[in-house]
Amino acid sequence: MCRDCSCGELPTPAPTEAKVSAPAPPRRTLVLEAGLLAKNDHQAAHNRARFADLGLTVVNVLSAPGSGKTALLEQVSQRWTGGPVGVIVGDLATDNDARRLRRAGAEAVQITTGQGCHLEATMVARALEQLDPAALDLLLIENVGNLVCPTAFDLGEGLRLALTAVGEGEDKPLKYPGLFKSADAIVINKIDLAEAVGFHREEALANLSQVAPQARIFEVSARTGEGLEPLLAWLAAKGQ
Amino acid sequence: MHELALMEEVRRLAEEQAAAQGALRIHQLHLRIGSLSGVDPDALAFAFEVVMQGGAAQGATLRLEVIPTVCFCGQCEREFTPVDVIYACPSCGALSQRILSGRELELTSLEVS
Repeated sequence: MCRDCSCGELPTPAPTEAKVSAPAPPRRTLVLEAGLLAKNDHQAAHNRARFADLGLTVVNVLSAPGSGKTALLEQVSQRWTGGPVGVIVGDLATDNDARRLRRAGAEAVQITTGQGCHLEATMVARALEQLDPAALDLLLIENVGNLVCPTAFDLGEGLRLALTAVGEGEDKPLKYPGLFKSADAIVINKIDLAEAVGFHREEALANLSQVAPQARIFEVSARTGEGLEPLLAWLAAKGQ
Repeated sequence: MHELALMEEVRRLAEEQAAAQGALRIHQLHLRIGSLSGVDPDALAFAFEVVMQGGAAQGATLRLEVIPTVCFCGQCEREFTPVDVIYACPSCGALSQRILSGRELELTSLEVS
C-alpha cells in the first residue's frame, strides 16, 4: 500500500539517480527590514527640503470625492493676498479641476493618475517642473478623492488639511481615523447645507476632538465663502 | 486599494536582494503590516499570488505579521494598546497623540536557497 491512501499500490521505488543527485542548497534567511514606501519617503524628504529652501508653504488637501476640495481651493486661490498661488491637482482622469482653478487665478497643474488611488512624492516633483515654485507664495496639492490610500503617502508637504462635508455623516472621523489623525487642520465644509441635511454639529465636533485632538477645526462653506477668513489667517500664520 | 502596487515593490526588493546574495529561489517572504498602514492583509495576500508568478518567488509562502497599534501616554509615561479609534489612555483617559507602532509596511526577511 502506498503511504498516501489505501489504494493497494506499492509505492514506486525512487530512481537511484535521485540519491546521487546534488542535494538542494540549504535554505537561509536574509534579513532586510526594507520599508515598502522607502522610495516615496526618500523623494518626499527631497521635496520637503526644496520647499524649505524656497520658503514655500505647501498644503496637502485630502478628502472623499465630492467633499468640496476644488471649491475650497478656488476660494483660497481667489482670496489669498500673500502672493501667487500654485495648485497641483490629482484626479483619475480629466483636467476639469485644473481649468477651474486657473479661472480662480491659480497656477494649476493637473496630474491624472489613471488607476492610481493616491498621489506620490515623485508625481509632485514632476508637476513642480511645470510651475515656477520660486515665484509662488503658497502651493496647494489637491490629492485624489480617497479617505484611505493618500494618508500613507508623504508628499513632502508642510501641512495636511482634511475635509469632510456636512451630509457625509457625523461619524466619518470614526470610520476613517487614519486620515483625520494625520491632519494638521480639518475643514467641515458645506455648512450652508447643515440645516437641510440635519447636520448634528455638536456630535461631529465631539467626534473630531476625540479622534483628532491635534487638529484645528474650521467650519466653512466653500460655496458662499462663509468661515474662510479664519482658515486663511491660520494658513498665513503657518507660513510665517 | 494600492496593495497590488505595494506587492510589485515587494517582488522588486525581494528579487533584487535574493540575486545580490546569490540565491536562486525565494521560499518565504515575511512582511510586517501595521494596523494603521491603510493596507488590507487579505488584499495583500491575494496580490501576492498574482504578482509572484513567473519569478524567483513563485510558489513561495507569505508570512503576514499584523502589528497592532501601540500608543504612549505622556501623562502616565506608559505604553498602551488602544481599544478603539479614540486613543484614550486606559489609566487616566488622556488622548494620546504619540503612536509608537502600527504604521509599519515592511519586507522584513526572506527565506532563500
